[in-house]
Amino acid sequence: MAVLSDLVVVLLLLTNLRLLGSSRIVACIQTVALQAVVLSVITLASSLSNLTPAVVALTLSTMAVKGLLLPWLLRRAVRGVGVGREVEPFVGFTTSVLIGGGLLGFSFLISKPLLVSAPPGISAMLIPGAMFTILTGLFIVVSRRKALTQVLGYLVLENGVYVFGSSLAVEEPLLVEMGILLDVLVAVFVMGIVIFQINREFDHIDTDKLSVLKD
Amino acid sequence: MTVCASILHVLMALTLSPLLLGVINRTKAKFAGRCGQPLLQPYYDLAKLLRKGAVYSRTTTWVFRAGPMVGLAAMLLVIGLVPLGGVRALGTFPGDLILLTYALGLTRFMTMLAALDTGSAFEGMGASREAQFSLLAEPVLLLSLAALAICTRSMGLSDIYGSLHTLDSARWVPTASLAAAAIFIVLLVENARIPIDDPNTHLELTMIHEVMVLDHGGVDLGLIQYGAALKLWVFSSLLVGVVIPWQIGQPVLDLLLGVGGIFALAVVVGVVESAMARLRLVRVPQMLAVAAVLTMIAIIWALR
Repeated sequence: MAVLSDLVVVLLLLTNLRLLGSSRIVACIQTVALQAVVLSVITLASSLSNLTPAVVALTLSTMAVKGLLLPWLLRRAVRGVGVGREVEPFVGFTTSVLIGGGLLGFSFLISKPLLVSAPPGISAMLIPGAMFTILTGLFIVVSRRKALTQVLGYLVLENGVYVFGSSLAVEEPLLVEMGILLDVLVAVFVMGIVIFQINREFDHIDTDKLSVLKD
Repeated sequence: MTVCASILHVLMALTLSPLLLGVINRTKAKFAGRCGQPLLQPYYDLAKLLRKGAVYSRTTTWVFRAGPMVGLAAMLLVIGLVPLGGVRALGTFPGDLILLTYALGLTRFMTMLAALDTGSAFEGMGASREAQFSLLAEPVLLLSLAALAICTRSMGLSDIYGSLHTLDSARWVPTASLAAAAIFIVLLVENARIPIDDPNTHLELTMIHEVMVLDHGGVDLGLIQYGAALKLWVFSSLLVGVVIPWQIGQPVLDLLLGVGGIFALAVVVGVVESAMARLRLVRVPQMLAVAAVLTMIAIIWALR
């Protein structure tokens, strides 16, 4: 059982690396969807001993919202905006991957004290994995030029928070989780619309140029 | 009995390794809907080349003639060092993984020197590319072997591969899977397989390994091609030992399992070559950087 959850955490780390290294926006969206599926499997695996209908419902709804609905919205945004298929990073892909390696080491370092308070039974790699996902999300937000990739970074960040929550608080109230899920959905919805409007107004979604005033 | 299996492994590596290239070619032919060349074509090529005489340019020195021979000698040494799953290597001692990596490095070094010795700018370019990519591939190989060494707490290759399956599965499975992915990438890079380099073409833009041997002919070229086949066998057995670490207990059966794994891997390489396009040259370092980060994760996993 521990082998399975360890392998799922490895998969989580690999999705982060793929996000850092891939140059196509559509591939990034696919990877975020895959990551959502992976983390719902993590929640399922960490509470396999006491499987309640609430947990199953939560897993399925996470999978549906983050794995199907949000990617669909983002793909629609890509098509609607007519944005190029390239990611356009400030930091090159090879450098991004190497920085990702550094972030991974850092997240192992900072999550050592947290492991003491972790509930027994979860994979010891879960908290560093969650930290790494959060840091990757932050890095994508600051290092990518397009507004769409920043939304992706936000989603990855939120995925990390989700894993973190499910690893530290196994008995989290269902209502809180559902609330977070709704928040994320609305946020991405709004961001999608905003990106669309910005594009109509300025003919691009390059955040670098949005700081320049225009009448 | 175990020694017999080790000797048998070396003999099989020496005789069967050109067949690996034949299997890869046949797989690619099947994917493309062709009949393909005979499975034994690499042997026919070797026999043809060994019958021919070599032509040496007047600008070359002894380095050019020594290159293929030293390269093949180093490969023979490596064949004696590499274990295949449960089958122990012919020679083993703590730290032999470093000797293995540097013997592979010596082969590469001599090939590059021989290429530079011809004075051709084209071959110099190939040597420069080879140096650049092997600079990135060598640490990845060494680090992934180091991850396995940390995981099993032993320093000899045969001990590492022999004791992997005896560990608690939670300990070795994540490390081994990450190290296997990294070794597979190094295998593709080092053996000039398709996402990195196309072994079939002689186009200037796609060539890394192939360009360096353009001036070799006859027996020398035969030695180089045989060395390349042995190299593929070495990397395959390093990978198969990680992917199929389980042992039956009977040394001969273990050997057959390992050899079967190696040929299955050749089919996988053929499938990868058929399914993928060659990467742009600037993307190759990125692929190796990913492999390096994978080995890093493997080491962190093994260290906890």
